[in-house]
Amino acid sequence: MKKVLIANRGEIACRVIRSCRALGLKTVAVYSEADATSLHVASADEAVAIGPPAAKDSYLVAAKIIAAARSTGADAIHPGYGFLSENEDFATEVLEAGLKWIGPGPRTIADMGDKERARRLAHGAGVPIVPGSNRFGPGALDGLEDAAKSVGFPLLVKASAGGGGIGMKRVDKLEDLRATVESTQTLATKAFGDGAVYLERLVLQPRHIEIQVFGFGDGRAVHVYERECSIQRRFQKVVEESPAPGLPDAVRRAMGDAAVALAQQERYRGAGTIEFIVDPAGNFFFLEMNTRIQVEHPVTEMNTGLDLVGLQIRLERGDDLSAVTQESIKPRGHAIECRLYAENPDKNFMPSPGPLTVFALPPLGADLRLDTGFRQGDKVTFYYDPMIAKLVAHGPDRNAAIARMLGALDAFKVEGITTNLAFLRRVIDHPAFRAGQTHTGFVDLHKADLMKAGA
Amino acid sequence: MAEQVMTQAPGNVWKVLVKEGDQVKAGDVLFILEVMKTEVPHAAEGAGKVAKLHVKEEDAVDVGQLAVEIA
Repeated sequence: MKKVLIANRGEIACRVIRSCRALGLKTVAVYSEADATSLHVASADEAVAIGPPAAKDSYLVAAKIIAAARSTGADAIHPGYGFLSENEDFATEVLEAGLKWIGPGPRTIADMGDKERARRLAHGAGVPIVPGSNRFGPGALDGLEDAAKSVGFPLLVKASAGGGGIGMKRVDKLEDLRATVESTQTLATKAFGDGAVYLERLVLQPRHIEIQVFGFGDGRAVHVYERECSIQRRFQKVVEESPAPGLPDAVRRAMGDAAVALAQQERYRGAGTIEFIVDPAGNFFFLEMNTRIQVEHPVTEMNTGLDLVGLQIRLERGDDLSAVTQESIKPRGHAIECRLYAENPDKNFMPSPGPLTVFALPPLGADLRLDTGFRQGDKVTFYYDPMIAKLVAHGPDRNAAIARMLGALDAFKVEGITTNLAFLRRVIDHPAFRAGQTHTGFVDLHKADLMKAGA
Repeated sequence: MAEQVMTQAPGNVWKVLVKEGDQVKAGDVLFILEVMKTEVPHAAEGAGKVAKLHVKEEDAVDVGQLAVEIA
């Protein structure tokens, strides 16, 4: 491996370029017309234009990216996250073109991309899954009550063909079950052309905690501890941290063991993340596995000293990674990440593109890291994700990391667009956050404190 | 009472859900912008008839642009 093409843009492209450079590898950026003057293009050794701004015409076109690799003589492709990173067809085409694919193989991507198959594989590896029932079609409700009792209340009635919260209803007691199932079936028949529903345990006050894993492709795998990612808005993460505050050691160990068991069973190759929901009693359930580097991976890097992207690359380069053992991975202190978004928290997190007239960073160092794809003067366009930077603070303990983060947020100046900077500060400084009371309802529950229009 | 619905952010028109002449009521979604991978629905504030559509699907729009007139 001599030259790596990064099939991505923004901060993650810049991030991957850094690790490539540290490993003595040349880099190739690809860019759409909207990104011609972007930082990731300026940071790479070479850059290739791949078309119009819309991602479907550029960053999502496999043939253009493979052609760019050919024309520049790149011999490996790193997909970053998003775009084509979890597309098994792209991974296949890359490999068939004789290039190295920095990520798990196409079969693993496909297995984990199919949520039902992923759930079965997780279950087979002994990973707990959310209790659920078989499907019930319209007019075929035999055994419904027994199924509900074994799933447990409160439960969700979910349309098999549904998604994104559509065709989902909560049931708290047995008396309401049949009517809710029937009305959901009617709705699902109309909306999806398929009336089948199933029952699933509703986990109340859930925390979203994920385990970073790294597999070596030969059945050996390690975990790199957890990230707590419960602070979300519109189902997207805003603040992540490691370790998860208040998580009992026994639960942490059990989650790590479960994640490693699944990675080993799949002979997983490279960096991956296994997402769990955790209830207040410490029961945890498999949610999904992401077969790529995760946005919030710097939290883990700051807290372990590992270069996860570097490890991904070294694995595909064929380096000897036998020194990376479970015993060698030691968390040190506490790390917190804030995602800076171009959006207006006071207007339901409305995206807010525009020019970055001022983008003055806080002073960075060993305990403060910033990953971004932007410089002062750049324009944040409406074509892509609203995340403009990730700020990661580290400290010997959680309070120290919080203090470091607050100082950094105060010193960070962004003008020209509306951002969630002040919102982030209110989250980190909130008594409930300081007390470690994180769950996925956090932003909604504390809305009155977090949204201060005009502030 | 006539209503002018303006775009709330720069983006691409993803879906237009009404046509000229349609009767709408308050809260009905008229069109959806795609802004930074986020769907931003635009709804009617009051009831009325769609008098004029100034956007069509796949249009790129700026913020504060007149999109729909309701009479």
